[in-house]
Amino acid sequence: MTYDKRFDGRKSFDELRPMEAKAGIIKSADGSGFFKIGKTEAIAAVYGPRTLHPRFLQDSSTGILRCHYNMMPFSGCGSRIRPGGNRRSKEISMVMKNALLPVLDLKAFPNSVVDVFVEYPQTDAGSRCAGITAASIALADAGITMTDLVCSVAVGRVDDKVAADLNYDEEAYEDGPVADIPIAMLPNKKTFTLLQMDGEIPKDMFMDALKMGLKVCDQIKELQVKALKDKYGEKK
Amino acid sequence: MGNIKINDRDIVVPGETLAEGMDFVPGFGTYRDGENIIAKNLGLSSIRGKVIKLIPLAGRYYPKNGDVIIGRVQDIMLGGWMIGINCAYHSMLSMKEGTSEFIERGADLTQYFKIGDYVVTKVMNVTTQKLVDVTMKGPGLRKLQGGQVFAINSNKVPRVIGKNGSMIQAIKDATGCQITVGQNGFIWLKGEPAKEIIAREAIDIIEKNSHVSGLTEKIKGFLGNQVK
Amino acid sequence: MNAELRDHLIKALDKGIRFDGRKPDEFRKVTVETDITRNAEGSARVKIGDTELICGVKMGMDKPYPDSPDKGNLMVNVELLPLSSPRFETGPPGLEAIEMARVIDRGIRESGAIDVKNLCVEAGEKVWGVALDICTLNDDGNLHDAGSLAAIAALKSTRYPAFDGTEVDYKTHTDEKLPLSAEPIEVTVYMIGSHLLVDPTAQEQECYDSRITVAFSEDGTIVAMQKGGMGELSIEDIEKMIDLALKKSVELRKLLG
Repeated sequence: MTYDKRFDGRKSFDELRPMEAKAGIIKSADGSGFFKIGKTEAIAAVYGPRTLHPRFLQDSSTGILRCHYNMMPFSGCGSRIRPGGNRRSKEISMVMKNALLPVLDLKAFPNSVVDVFVEYPQTDAGSRCAGITAASIALADAGITMTDLVCSVAVGRVDDKVAADLNYDEEAYEDGPVADIPIAMLPNKKTFTLLQMDGEIPKDMFMDALKMGLKVCDQIKELQVKALKDKYGEKK
Repeated sequence: MGNIKINDRDIVVPGETLAEGMDFVPGFGTYRDGENIIAKNLGLSSIRGKVIKLIPLAGRYYPKNGDVIIGRVQDIMLGGWMIGINCAYHSMLSMKEGTSEFIERGADLTQYFKIGDYVVTKVMNVTTQKLVDVTMKGPGLRKLQGGQVFAINSNKVPRVIGKNGSMIQAIKDATGCQITVGQNGFIWLKGEPAKEIIAREAIDIIEKNSHVSGLTEKIKGFLGNQVK
Repeated sequence: MNAELRDHLIKALDKGIRFDGRKPDEFRKVTVETDITRNAEGSARVKIGDTELICGVKMGMDKPYPDSPDKGNLMVNVELLPLSSPRFETGPPGLEAIEMARVIDRGIRESGAIDVKNLCVEAGEKVWGVALDICTLNDDGNLHDAGSLAAIAALKSTRYPAFDGTEVDYKTHTDEKLPLSAEPIEVTVYMIGSHLLVDPTAQEQECYDSRITVAFSEDGTIVAMQKGGMGELSIEDIEKMIDLALKKSVELRKLLG
């Protein structure tokens, strides 16, 4: 089987799966966001800034950010996932935090914490990216001061093609090399705040994949902006 | 020549370019990046001459000196009461500021305020480390008796109060309820059960439509229909 | 417990009305959607007013427990996600989640909704395990009734994954439904002062004295019960609460379709 077209019927290699974004879906939270790409669905809620306990975690110069990535037990492609987190979810929580932190300004809230909880009712590859995109909507919705939104998507290669937003079947392609590169970007500055990679890829192809990521991230940003504005029902 | 990319009272989001060129000045909620003025909060744009600023639509309450707020007693400490004020920080009500009565050493502080009580209180001092001191000494500051307290987003408080208190007065007049609005977004409401429901619904409409103009007329219409 | 708020609520209840305008025995708008997540074998989303949660059913191959070698395993778990309320924290389930899960579990188990003998593949070796996970998305009170309704709706939508005798193929769902022989529905009735009410908001839930959760099967048989709260109940109170719960369970059952 050669990889000469997208497995799910997408027309081009830089086409993203169908997306949907919403803001303000969780009433109890200070801010919330929803982002769906293909069959991956992320829900993010922001609580805070709020008092941080225990005290020794507090930073007297700024508020801090905590991210919590959690797949619901029934959300994975295989058997049930035991709740309570594991090494994978801890690492992803950390890289999500690092992806979001560069745009945040929490200096006005020393000793406090902003908690971001990201949950997944269903996943099909690209979950950390969908989570960062949803979390960015939630942080803006919560009124947090931020210099830009953060857009995230996975790019990669399947066989000899560079492609955007790989789905699970593409990630699992076995007849040739595959690389999965989750990235997060700041759309104004065109800089990267998340960069991970697994698989194998020559450098030239890798750089092409990043360029493709920069290009497609605008589509994600547009949806984020629309979600936030729609919450207030564009008055025009 | 500078170029404004938005209209007055547009909803803008963080990262959105509001204006290009050096002719404009970034105000609250915005920053300059090179030639551009960019939003750093979710808010309503406000263009006043050369200044472009935002009126925030979201975000938690940020305590300021002199704000009259509603708080809930959360703990009783050695020197006074810890009051939750719907924001990132707790506040302290010292014995001295809690009452003008003489409090004997070792006295039972719950006779003044007990855990769970709601109080109308005033922010006296906020330190750089966000230690917030509040006082009960001043007109209108008191323990709230009966009624219910609910929270709205503190950014919507000015709309709920209205120009010179016109909006809240309209609700009070129409429903006969006693209402106290804290700057921190806690609202105390006490009246006839059926009238409380109307008052709460009116406040809910204001909170949801705070960015829309002509709200006072809308609310007066709503109240007129409800209180026939 | 908020005593001032409780007094205020009782004054409103004396006039037969609640803070949001409902009558004491009135639910908020309830909606039930099924098949809302693809990777679960069955799923449902329930909204009651602003309260929202989802239940997903995962089926898998388990080893049976030694004391029941020919019976499949059933497990109900509740995740009160910190995403859904500032009250909830990360970490292992607290008492509230455990109680909610156990009462919903009892309703399903004791009504015989799932014939666990049907789940046996090879006695002593292989049985199906049915795991229900209830995850909260927004808490505005009455999570319990929402959770129980979502559990039954999710079970009703559950289909076996493909199984070739050794391995489960989760990518292929069969058309074979998990047979249900009963559909227990739980309703919780709250007592505040001398008043009864159902479907409390988070605000109302702050000030109740006692509650009883009752699970009914289709014919009105009581299949599980739990009293909560620190108040006392007379036998007359209990009967009134059961009657109200039964009346409401009939209304909720219509939503299951």
